[in-house]
Amino acid sequence: MESMLHITTLHYLVLGAALFLLGVIGVLTRRNVVIVLMSIELILNAVNLNLVAFSRMWGGLHGQVFAIFVITDAAAEAAVGLGILIAFFRNKETVNVDEVNLLKW
Amino acid sequence: MLFLKYIWLIPLLPAFGATVMFFFGRKLQKATVSAVCVGTILLAFIMACGAVRQYSAWSSTPENYHQPYQTILYTWLGTDTGHLNYNTHDGSPAPFQADAGFLLDPLSSIWLLFVTGVGLLIHIYSTGYMAHEGGYYRFFGYLNLFMFSMLTLILANNYVLLFVGWEGVGLCSYLLIGFYFHRKSASDAAAKAFIVNRIGDAGFLLGMFFIAWYFGSLRFTEVTNLAHSGRFIIGDPIITAATLLLFVGACGKSAQLPLYVWLPDAMEGPTPVSALIHAATMVTAGVYMVARSNALFVLAPTSMKTVAIVGALTAIFAASIGLVQNDIKRVLAYSTISQLGYMFLALGVGAFAAGVFHVFTHAFFKALLFLGAGSVIHSMSGEQDMRNMGDLGHRIPITHRTMFIATLAIAGIFPFAGFFSKDAILWETWSREGGAYRILWAVGYVTAFMTAFYMFRLMYLTFHGHPRMTHEVEHHIHESPMSMTAPLVALALCAVFAGFLGWPHSLGGSDRFTAFLEPVFAPEARVLQVEGRTRQLVAGVEEEHNTGTEWLLMALSLGAAGFGWGMAWRSYRHADKGYTEPIAAASPRAYNILLHKYYVDEGYDYVFTGRRKLGNVRLGVMGLGEASSWFDTHIIDGAVNAAGWITRLSATVSSWWDKWIIDGIGVNGPAILARMLSYPTRLLEWGLVQWYALVMTAGLVGFVFYYVYH
Repeated sequence: MESMLHITTLHYLVLGAALFLLGVIGVLTRRNVVIVLMSIELILNAVNLNLVAFSRMWGGLHGQVFAIFVITDAAAEAAVGLGILIAFFRNKETVNVDEVNLLKW
Repeated sequence: MLFLKYIWLIPLLPAFGATVMFFFGRKLQKATVSAVCVGTILLAFIMACGAVRQYSAWSSTPENYHQPYQTILYTWLGTDTGHLNYNTHDGSPAPFQADAGFLLDPLSSIWLLFVTGVGLLIHIYSTGYMAHEGGYYRFFGYLNLFMFSMLTLILANNYVLLFVGWEGVGLCSYLLIGFYFHRKSASDAAAKAFIVNRIGDAGFLLGMFFIAWYFGSLRFTEVTNLAHSGRFIIGDPIITAATLLLFVGACGKSAQLPLYVWLPDAMEGPTPVSALIHAATMVTAGVYMVARSNALFVLAPTSMKTVAIVGALTAIFAASIGLVQNDIKRVLAYSTISQLGYMFLALGVGAFAAGVFHVFTHAFFKALLFLGAGSVIHSMSGEQDMRNMGDLGHRIPITHRTMFIATLAIAGIFPFAGFFSKDAILWETWSREGGAYRILWAVGYVTAFMTAFYMFRLMYLTFHGHPRMTHEVEHHIHESPMSMTAPLVALALCAVFAGFLGWPHSLGGSDRFTAFLEPVFAPEARVLQVEGRTRQLVAGVEEEHNTGTEWLLMALSLGAAGFGWGMAWRSYRHADKGYTEPIAAASPRAYNILLHKYYVDEGYDYVFTGRRKLGNVRLGVMGLGEASSWFDTHIIDGAVNAAGWITRLSATVSSWWDKWIIDGIGVNGPAILARMLSYPTRLLEWGLVQWYALVMTAGLVGFVFYYVYH
């Protein structure tokens, strides 16, 4: 039981994989851009979880520093993404990603 | 010697008058115009008289005996430095040089005197005749310009300056014939005169070039001296050609066959012009030029014969047309042509002095006839058709009497002027070269008869018979003013007395006229005598110097004149409306031909001008124009159009090639290929971002699986 209560790296990795999977499914299936952006956040945080988990496992700080970079990047990405979203909504009056199909032949 | 020294002033005086008229004439009063223009001619006449008088004194001094007086103002064309040389026929260089030089000798003296004298009278007459006409100053300006040109022509000392005067009088003739330029017939007649004269002038120019090439000089004195020098044989072909060409020029200016056609039409001009230019002075320029070139002509017997034959034919030809003309001025015009023919006949047989004598007397009586005709027309309110005249004799007595004197003179009635000159010509024609020209004498004799007939016909139709004019015209008949009758009287005196200057030896006279001209013609007389004698030796006849024959001939020609007078008297004395022409009664056909002037104008229209078509073909100048036009539209334009068509065709081919081959295969071909090739690739791009993400994810999963289970 004690061994069961002991949280290992594997647990983190499974959780990260689950989160990542959720995020990917969200990005691929949801039509609302806001949800897609949130799903991307999920994916990024799944990656963060992996980084932090491996950092703890190895006892180094590199992974955690990387996680902070990723968070910064996510914040920036959210800002840009939301900016695009607002511009997009102003033009199309919709936030549905499948209605944006200009980039085709 | 003042007048002689300043002889160049004589032509310049009328030139001054013409210049004043040209610049200020429009603003001047008629009286001022008359004063200036008549004044210049009066001065010129006085100076001419003075110059001739001084010349006769000068030329009778031993050192200048029988020499022509020459004064050269400056070198007008070319230089005397010798830089402007050309090669004469034998290769020796001669300077091209023409002076503004003046020459006075007996020949030019005679012309000088009667041109200024008759010119003065006609100027005075014109002040009356043109008094009520528009363009008064223009008329007098042209007249003065004419006098300038004519005096230049007479006084020139070389052929080039003579040609300047020659062209100048042609120009003035053109301007004055076309004086009433708003009338189409007048402007046509002016153009005709100008163009026909150009044909003659071309001949004159060529003849002049021949002389320059052959003699190396264009000065009369030098050419004459060379001709006398004996370096050239009689019958020299070049001299023959040159003289024949000069004679072509004379034919144009002096209205000889076949270039006479302009003179009858020239009657469109005002009558004083007809008197001055187309009767008394300008038309004798041809005679002057031939007489001036006498030294050349005697070296060319062929040319002499041509001159004589053309002269005789013209004389009878024009006289026969004159027999039936109804326009009073046209009768006189044909009479002028005929009398000019006489003059050339005289020149042609070598009787230069007789020819010049006839020019001299003719100037007076023909000017008088024309001025009289002008007076008649004036009194008849512009009517010129003799059929509408009649019985004017006692209504305009001065005109009648003076014209009657002129008629007696031209018909050759003793002792009026024409008798002496005409008989001199006929006698010389009869007796020269042992009678070789007696056929021409017969022609001249018949012409003398015709002359008497048509002149008295004119007199009787105009002044006698029954009045045939309308009442309105009849009411206006009046004698002309003093300014017109005074010249008539003066000319009538000349027509009576001028002939006495040449009173022949056979009638006990001294023939001073011939003696006066002797310095000019004596060497030629010698040449002709030698020539004639050799021919007589060949033919075996002796020339007869028989006074009896001369008397017989005089009696014969008097008889002819009297016969013509009598026939006219019989036919026209009582002419009333619808009178019959004796010629028409005898032969309507002949009358018709004569009335239509032998259809020469029509013939020229067919053959030379092309105004009439010969069937469907147009000949002459207009025919040439039409042919050129056809050539232009069909050949030249055809070639142009063909070139255009070929260009367009090749452009079409080129554009097709460019469009389908270059653009189609070369440029668009690869583009189409690229487009076709791009089609399957483009199918991948359907535009839904999430699908791209899905594919990416699938690819990623695929890679992972591949690496995990590899």
